[in-house]
Amino acid sequence: MANALINVPPRAKRGEIIEIKTMISHPMETGYRRTQTGAAVPRDIIRTFVATYNGAEIFRAELHPAIAANPFIAFSTVATESGTLTFQWTGDRGFSETASAPITVE
Amino acid sequence: MSRQTSRREFLRAVGGAAAGLGLASVIAVEPARATPASMQEAIRKVVGAAQVQTGRVKLDLPPLSENGNTVPMTVTAESPMTAADHVKALHVFNEKNPQPDVVSFRLGPRAGRASVSTRIRLADTQTVVAICEMSDGSFWQTSANVVVTLAACLEEA
Repeated sequence: MANALINVPPRAKRGEIIEIKTMISHPMETGYRRTQTGAAVPRDIIRTFVATYNGAEIFRAELHPAIAANPFIAFSTVATESGTLTFQWTGDRGFSETASAPITVE
Repeated sequence: MSRQTSRREFLRAVGGAAAGLGLASVIAVEPARATPASMQEAIRKVVGAAQVQTGRVKLDLPPLSENGNTVPMTVTAESPMTAADHVKALHVFNEKNPQPDVVSFRLGPRAGRASVSTRIRLADTQTVVAICEMSDGSFWQTSANVVVTLAACLEEA
């Protein structure tokens, strides 16, 4: 159901700072809204986002209901070696999604 | 019965319904609000006893936002990002959403540059505060005011 979009440059020079952009489709239901009948809509958000580079954690974000729907996160990292960048989103109701992208470092 | 509803009756019915809805929303839909005090408390929880200095961190937010449901935000900190001197975390807080926390980013020397962008929700015109945690244990802060035309969190599901 969930659909993750990631943008990692396919190749980079060693030591270069690369920008990584990620977005995932998710309602990020705050838990503060009510339906027309007054029933509270239960919270359903992504709690954490973790990025790893060849298995080593490089970035982590703890999200709260104040993050807009379809969370977009852009950050940077130093291109150290060729390999894989893996991204994982975890949240309420057992939500878990992973995506990965290869990178070639010259 | 084939009697048509008169304009007066119609208006009375609609007005009554609207008043009812308005009243109901005043009673039911008023979630707890974060206040400047609760924001200070949330900040205290992150910084502990450390003193928070002003500067070294930059918060990019539009001064006027048409839609509080998605406000682009960039947090940048001045740091060489070396193993000895880097940004450990960037935290963002707000005053008037239902809860004061917005987001916490954890980074390290491998980030290369301490700059993170995302999109946030703002329930009202308010001040947003960014706190930067350095590897030497110091904390730096900055704030930005955003005028919000259409508030987030209030619409019915």
